Amino acid sequence: MLQTKLRPLPPTAYARCMAGIIRREGLRWVHQRGRFVSALVRPLVWLAIFAAGFRFVLGVSIIPPYETYIPYEVYIAPGLIAMIELFNGMQSSLSMVYDREMGSMKTLMVSPFPRWFLLLSKLLAGVAVAVVQSYIFLGIAWFWEIEPPVVGYVAVLPALILSGLMLGALGLVMSSFIRQLENFAGVMNFVIFPMFFASSALYPLWRVKESSLFLWWVCQLNPFTSATELIRFALYGRVDWGSAAVVIGCTAVFMAVAVAGYDPGRGLMARKAGAE
Amino acid sequence: MHEPAAALEIDGLTHRFGARKALDGVGFRIQPGEFTVLLGQNGAGKTTLFALITRLYHAHQGGIAVFGQPFRDAPSAALARMGVVFQQPTLDLDLTVQQNLQYHAALHGMAGCAATPRIRDELARVNLLERAGDRVRLLSGGQRRRVELARALLHEPSLLLLDEPTAGLDMESRGFLLNHVRRLCRERGLAVLWATHLIDEAGEDAHVVVLHKGRVLATGPVPAVVAQAGDAKTLKDAFEHLTHAAN
Repeated sequence: MLQTKLRPLPPTAYARCMAGIIRREGLRWVHQRGRFVSALVRPLVWLAIFAAGFRFVLGVSIIPPYETYIPYEVYIAPGLIAMIELFNGMQSSLSMVYDREMGSMKTLMVSPFPRWFLLLSKLLAGVAVAVVQSYIFLGIAWFWEIEPPVVGYVAVLPALILSGLMLGALGLVMSSFIRQLENFAGVMNFVIFPMFFASSALYPLWRVKESSLFLWWVCQLNPFTSATELIRFALYGRVDWGSAAVVIGCTAVFMAVAVAGYDPGRGLMARKAGAE
Repeated sequence: MHEPAAALEIDGLTHRFGARKALDGVGFRIQPGEFTVLLGQNGAGKTTLFALITRLYHAHQGGIAVFGQPFRDAPSAALARMGVVFQQPTLDLDLTVQQNLQYHAALHGMAGCAATPRIRDELARVNLLERAGDRVRLLSGGQRRRVELARALLHEPSLLLLDEPTAGLDMESRGFLLNHVRRLCRERGLAVLWATHLIDEAGEDAHVVVLHKGRVLATGPVPAVVAQAGDAKTLKDAFEHLTHAAN
């Protein structure tokens, strides 16, 4: 007869579980070629077309962390890296909604590990994919003469992880609220585009302030601005502590909301089930 | 002397979705080695009951205990002892059979060296070892169900839950699944809860729980349930009699 033994969950089991979730996310990323290619092509299109077109329209004065005048391509590169992470966070959110509709979310949820840990693993899996994508982009961007110092390539890693965690956690929150896959178009219109455009990703905020003080405040309060600035400073070997604090704080808040959203008791999940 | 702990004990379970009562005071027990069929029409509350047992959401009222331990106190231990085949297909179609099973093993904290032989054994048992490297998308509906069963057994659970596992399958695949699970009960002492609306899936030796509109109308071995229904001769008669009387 099969033994009905209790299975303790030692730290090694947690590590295996997390590694398995990250491995699956990596496999899905590689297998879904459309997602793989579009994740790389999207920022390159911005760099090759948008930046080339606007380089003579938008003058960029000397602002930290830059120590001299810079071409517009160099200015928007950190914003495009943050965009990779934003799209990746939303893509993870989309895949969570898809998994829930297709049922594979249940496989994750009946794992014996605590739900917060499963969500954290899922989040880290998305961040791992986003970090790889960002480095591939940085490699290609080198040919556009976006050449941060060597130390910047190392220093940007923690910034990529932190901002990836924040945007991924935001994706988890979205996925716990979105009932159907069809509603995802709304996320594009009401989350991704406003976050991206109302930030320092495409233009320095002093220029925004000149045209609208209100919009400047919106951009200042937008956590995507903090993610962009954290990456921008890190690429040049510097730490923007204010942005780091905002990113860490927002990550904690978004994660807490996501865990509550997936909690079986208070559950948005439970409310959805009733509607199904 | 103490009675051995039931593999699954449900007691006074009530669950509402808003004003609608999906389950109303549901209670029954499953002993180790017992093949229990949860019989109910569509909408009877079977899937809601499964979702509560697997902690997809919390029960509002009543208790669930797995091998004597209240679920609420030790959900991790309970889930570690459970294997689940959901009504909805839950395999990742873009990954191979082997990758799907490795993912499940990781979700239960199994080491790779322990998972690999378990995957081989369980796939061999459902005659799909040679398809381990194929993407799930290439498998038929019946084969995917067999992979889901192999996956549910990978971490050697003591309690197996199957929600309408034969839905949409042909006769041969249905027979294979049913015989395989019954054999596991006999040979490995596995406790099984098999939800279905197909009455013929409960053989003469099964235990039955008749669920109707969220309430348990009868529970026990097939002959006892037939006897509870008065002049019924078969389980089908008994089911119709009980549900008709409850309408």
